[in-house]
Amino acid sequence: MRHTISVLVENKFGVLTRVAGLFSGRGYNIDTLNVAPTADPTASRMTIVTRGDEATLDQIVKQLNKLPDVMKVHDFREGEYVDRELVLVKVSVDSKTRTEVIQINDIFRGKVVDLQPESLTIELTGEESKIEKFLELMKGFGVLDLTRTGKVAMPRR
Amino acid sequence: MTKLSKKKKAGPKAQTVPVMTGSEILVACLEREGVDAIFAYPGGASMEIHQALTRSKIRTVLPRHEQGGVFAAGGYARATGRAGVCMATSGPGATNLVTGIADAYMDSVPLVAITGQVVQSMIGKGGFQETDIYGMTLPVVKHSYLITDIKEIPRIVKEAFHIAQTGRPGPVLVDIPKNVQQARWQPEFPEEVHIRGYNPWKEATDAELNQILDLLGKSERPVLYVGGGIISGEASAELRKFVEVTGIPVTTTLMGCGAFPENDPLSLRWLGMHGAAYANWAVNGEYEQRHAVTEPMKLIAPGADLLLAMGVRFDDRVTGKVDQFCETGTIVHVDIDASEINKNKPAHLPIISDVKYALGRLLTLLKARPLTKKFSKWHQQVAAWKAKAPFGYIVTEEVMKSQHMKDHLNGREAEVILPQMAIEALYELTKGEAIITTGVGQHQMWSGQFYKFSHPRQFLTSAGLGAMGYGYPAALGAKVACPNRQVVDIDGDGSFLMNVQELATAHIEKINAKVIILNNQHLGMVMQWEDRFYKGNRGNTYLGDPDNRAQIYPDYVAVCRSFNVKSERVMYRSDLRAAIQRMLDADEPYVLDIIVPYTEHVLPFIPANRTVADMIWKL
Repeated sequence: MRHTISVLVENKFGVLTRVAGLFSGRGYNIDTLNVAPTADPTASRMTIVTRGDEATLDQIVKQLNKLPDVMKVHDFREGEYVDRELVLVKVSVDSKTRTEVIQINDIFRGKVVDLQPESLTIELTGEESKIEKFLELMKGFGVLDLTRTGKVAMPRR
Repeated sequence: MTKLSKKKKAGPKAQTVPVMTGSEILVACLEREGVDAIFAYPGGASMEIHQALTRSKIRTVLPRHEQGGVFAAGGYARATGRAGVCMATSGPGATNLVTGIADAYMDSVPLVAITGQVVQSMIGKGGFQETDIYGMTLPVVKHSYLITDIKEIPRIVKEAFHIAQTGRPGPVLVDIPKNVQQARWQPEFPEEVHIRGYNPWKEATDAELNQILDLLGKSERPVLYVGGGIISGEASAELRKFVEVTGIPVTTTLMGCGAFPENDPLSLRWLGMHGAAYANWAVNGEYEQRHAVTEPMKLIAPGADLLLAMGVRFDDRVTGKVDQFCETGTIVHVDIDASEINKNKPAHLPIISDVKYALGRLLTLLKARPLTKKFSKWHQQVAAWKAKAPFGYIVTEEVMKSQHMKDHLNGREAEVILPQMAIEALYELTKGEAIITTGVGQHQMWSGQFYKFSHPRQFLTSAGLGAMGYGYPAALGAKVACPNRQVVDIDGDGSFLMNVQELATAHIEKINAKVIILNNQHLGMVMQWEDRFYKGNRGNTYLGDPDNRAQIYPDYVAVCRSFNVKSERVMYRSDLRAAIQRMLDADEPYVLDIIVPYTEHVLPFIPANRTVADMIWKL
């Protein structure tokens, strides 16, 4: 079962290690992890996507809550939050394929942020499924490099 | 001068606080927390703080190994409920604390461990005696700090004590670089702590507690299963009152020994792998003893239909095969730590609450709706179980055939001292009032079985981590905390040797803690498993001298003499009681080296991950 967990933490050194340690100590991999400051500069929000059995994830959420540096933990259920991810993808192009890539990019409402003779770099934001679909399409042209922010999420209410 | 004093009056903040070094501020903070003793071994990165301590009223006890220091702080904390404080230098000093910190984490003991750190400019450069102790201890602390600014010292120390001592207690590490210790500042001490992410107080609702009473109304065979949470939550008085009002039999964990008086007819003593057979039956039901896991379980009499688990964590040493633990009973689990709920065993009614509050409130609710049941049939069953399988021992054939019998006793059965006998004698001669500490292994289990505890904070033992070498330093810490109590470490020869250097601490610091070594020349518990599961093949479990098996090795009396600590060896049963009495009467540290046969096994015994039907209990 895949989970998206949002953790509001003190913006202090060592916090990331403490949080990550709760996963690694149980042999759990973190799929994606995003950390950045919030409107309050003394606090950061972490968005963690992980998968595992319910009992272990329940345990991780409870352990997260126990950390004095953790102010709030939200284990999101499907539908109660909005989420986005940003990717930068460098696609191999030549004079023949360039237009096609740009066309696909337009359909997905991505942005071309860099253009080179043999490649172009696209910035795309969206839900995970959209990103996955887009990257799938780009594979045919040759993905030279790829970097993703990981999911960021916020509750609807 | 006059100008200064005028200034003082002008602002409440200024007061009379002078400019101080970081070390002095740290020590002033400890004083403000009411610390009266610190167990600290100096080194390059912590000597500044020792310098400041020489000018403080805090008693600095010098252990002879940092592990002795942290175990002593643990013993101090377990005996009092107040945070034990220890300190070590950077690098090896700090790493030597790790076992004691892990012990405090596993058993929820309030502990503040202070470590010196190399100067900040050297951190990460592989400097002399540098280790990342903050990173190294992350999985075994409740919280930790690396102080990077002298101005953070007062807040951090206050937070450290607050976190260590509230909610579910635990260890907090404070790492302080030498340059911060040496910096200078006119400190301001905060009066209050505010940590956004830390709200330890938890309270059950009346609705939840009424559900317990509803369940109790339907129950015929309730059992209270209580643990260290009752002791750290100071809820022992409420528990006793609750049992008095309801008549529910009580079993404790090893950590819970003393939470309920073990002489009480409703006490089932402690349960689990080496706990009382009757406690295990009361919780799980009595079964015919089967000899293989493949055989079906044949029920003789049912166990609890309602298990009130309070301040416990369903440890594997308690539950055995956890799916089959209290399989037919309804489980209510009350704990202050939400992460304990459903961690090892799902509860039918989980309640997150301070246990003192929950029990106190239950008592109030019971006044409005008193329990009409008396559970008399259940009490009869419990009494029958208690009569059927009390803790006991016999001089077995193995004892008679043992080398000890031949080498030292000429086969005289009447002179052999079984380890259980020594503990029983100690129990009688101390009238059950001593604080007992232990190492880890067979002697630890027998101490729990044959010393009956009546008070909380009376049995100090490394239960969760199972750290050998715990007993003697913990006894020193307990004695520093409670100088007017008799404190006795019941130890094994293996465990005692692990921190034998603390004899020096006892003598030099005049800490009058006593030791009984149950010396069987073996690593008894591992040996017991070898006998049961490895056909008795010895894998490094003999601790004596293989070239001279008749000689007791090492000679603890000679060891103690070199430390100027009084000691005697006891070989014969006829000498036992008088020797224990001499030890108890001594107004200085005293070690009794009691020679016992190694052939004894701790019974009852539920092998790991097995059930009550697999319990070996007949002597």
